[in-house]
Amino acid sequence: MSIEEAVDEDSKQNHNSRLTYEGCNVLLDINDGDRLVFSRLTAASTLKIGNKKCSLQPLIGCPFGSLFQVEPGKEGTFLTRFVENAEGNGLEEKDVDGSKDNRALVDNNTAQSLTSEDIDEMRKQGAKGDEIVEALIANSATFEKKTLFSQDKYRVKKQKKYAPRVLLRRPFARSICEAYFKKHPEKIGFMRVDALSLLLSLGNVTANADVLVVDMLSGILTGAIAERLGGTGYVCNTYRGSSPYPVDITRMFNLSDEICKRIVHASLTDLNSFQTGASVSEGQEETLPVTHSGGLDEVSVPAEDGGMDVTPERVSSPIIKPVKSIKAGQKATLEAIKSWKENGFSSLIIAAPELDPWGIIKEVLPLLSFSAPFAVYHQYAQPLATCMHNLQIEKMAIGLQISEPWLREYQVLPSRTHPHMQMSAFGGYILSGTKISSSDSLTSSN
Amino acid sequence: MILPIDPANKLSFKRFIKDGDLVIVYERHDTMKAVKVSEDGVLQNRFGAFKHSEWIGKPFGSKVLSNKGAFVYLLAPTPELWTLVLSHRTQILYIADISFVVMYLEIVPGCVVLESGTGSGSLTTSLARAVAPTGHVYTFDFHEQRAASAREDFEKTGLSSLVTVGVRDIQGEGFPDEFCGRADSVFLDLPQPWLVIPSAGKMLKPDGVLCSFSPCIEQVQRSCEALKSQFTDIRTFEVLLRTYEVRQKILESCPVNEGDSIERPPRKRRQGSAEGSNGTECSSSPAVVIRPSGEARGHTGYLTFARLKCFV
Repeated sequence: MSIEEAVDEDSKQNHNSRLTYEGCNVLLDINDGDRLVFSRLTAASTLKIGNKKCSLQPLIGCPFGSLFQVEPGKEGTFLTRFVENAEGNGLEEKDVDGSKDNRALVDNNTAQSLTSEDIDEMRKQGAKGDEIVEALIANSATFEKKTLFSQDKYRVKKQKKYAPRVLLRRPFARSICEAYFKKHPEKIGFMRVDALSLLLSLGNVTANADVLVVDMLSGILTGAIAERLGGTGYVCNTYRGSSPYPVDITRMFNLSDEICKRIVHASLTDLNSFQTGASVSEGQEETLPVTHSGGLDEVSVPAEDGGMDVTPERVSSPIIKPVKSIKAGQKATLEAIKSWKENGFSSLIIAAPELDPWGIIKEVLPLLSFSAPFAVYHQYAQPLATCMHNLQIEKMAIGLQISEPWLREYQVLPSRTHPHMQMSAFGGYILSGTKISSSDSLTSSN
Repeated sequence: MILPIDPANKLSFKRFIKDGDLVIVYERHDTMKAVKVSEDGVLQNRFGAFKHSEWIGKPFGSKVLSNKGAFVYLLAPTPELWTLVLSHRTQILYIADISFVVMYLEIVPGCVVLESGTGSGSLTTSLARAVAPTGHVYTFDFHEQRAASAREDFEKTGLSSLVTVGVRDIQGEGFPDEFCGRADSVFLDLPQPWLVIPSAGKMLKPDGVLCSFSPCIEQVQRSCEALKSQFTDIRTFEVLLRTYEVRQKILESCPVNEGDSIERPPRKRRQGSAEGSNGTECSSSPAVVIRPSGEARGHTGYLTFARLKCFV
């Protein structure tokens, strides 16, 4: 069992790199999901936490998954690597049978004897965040009376405020979809991560596949497919009208040039006209970038709710900009379109909340090869039902199924395991099926 | 073959069935079968006899006839279809869990994935699809015969170059040392997963993801305890799929006759064609309606994910 090849291959692919590098995209998880920020790591990029600006320079070259804590310094606050105690939080070793309860707690706002002036004074003297948290605990009259779980909760709450932590995450389909679903679900058509994962399976996305997509979810689908193609095959975004649907979320991924080259677009007119032998509209060989309205900052959303935002962080230095050319989403070459005309796409995935599923699928299904699987996402059931019914009547597909994923997360703690109190109740509907050959018109029936 | 591992032999080509191909014979959405095509082969089912020789040269997705004039469809295999037709040697994972596991384990082309046990190879097939063309899945089962059958299946589906099946008691011995620090992801479907967690921690790259699938909450409880020291971001999920029924129905839009509109015996199921209109002006046009299926799989297992901490 030698794994040499696979490992060598891995080191070549910066997409799967486990260390950050200058210019790579990262997802910064601040205070355990309270705030999620997409950023590009450069010497000049900064992150604003509270009212302090921190340079992201210390994050370059660090392993993904590492944790940083904000610390005060002589030249302003800075991020420093934080290594958690290997023993965990120690809760499990202590007595957790619940011998304490809340009978002695009175909510009269007098429990904390440390004033905000005291804290400011500590800060001025250069106290670290952790030291402030310890001081708050020492000066809390009720801390000792709390149960171990409440004590831990208190500590975490204070730590978030006085010593915020930043977790360095890899921007993968999983984390990107979760971040958007949490903070800007409307941008991705309210598609939950389990629905996205089903689409990728039902659409049989794999290396060397040529996947036709209609992605009106800002590119989350396109990016997720490209990630699975790993620089092989194609994800071809088709669209009605004259301009492709924006795919700005693909820029949050860490897609290598190899992978970006595999993201292309072609208008429905081009795909169809070519089918009937007509010529494709101008600029065939020339690959054009998707016309975005601006640079990276274009997707930036103001933090209207106090920084709880998916904020693609603006790179402050303008010098960085030219390097940041948009590579993903070029126009499909004439050659590629020709090959798809001859061979058909290997599968189809549609996520177009603004389109009628039947209207679009009857246009694009003929572009697939026979026996190609397809999946259509929608947040409403009725249009999918109509679409499924019509596909059945027209005998265009079999194995048709509408399904809805259901996802529940659990809190698992000794003697305290239960589902989360709050959950997402809806992640979208999916219609799936397999295209059948219409070339033979057999009329007999079972 | 199930995956286009060789770029020269891509999925997207006019796929014509040839001798030796694996096809999925589709009768109904719940009646399918995997068949290896051979020139002189014959498929016998309740619809009669189907000669393979008549299939050869037809595109995948074609309708083919039996000697009695009944038809089935011949589909190209995919991991999803394979999961529906494979022989169950053990309880298997289904699409909702499979998709979620592949996504949460962050498996992309080139990844090295460890799995135990192999079972019937349902998940393995999807893991292979995700690591292709340059990655590899190393899957282990302590049951020699089961491992051999799985190996035969991967041969049949053309995944042998992506999957290696090992015979080993992972729960008792842990993963082999040669994989130390080389795995991107580890998947455990074992009765006592907590016993393997230290070994899984050694195999994973820093920040690599582990998943443990357990049907019972007590197993989850013990696994999470064992994960605490070396892992972070420990999260447990349950993922299910609700399926829907779609049909065409005529819903009356106003009472048919005075007096009998409220107290009415349940009517016989109406078909698409409307019965007599009873002389009223009301037109009841057929509508497409949708509702959740009455029965569903209520539980498969809990999925616990965790990331190896970075101590470097």
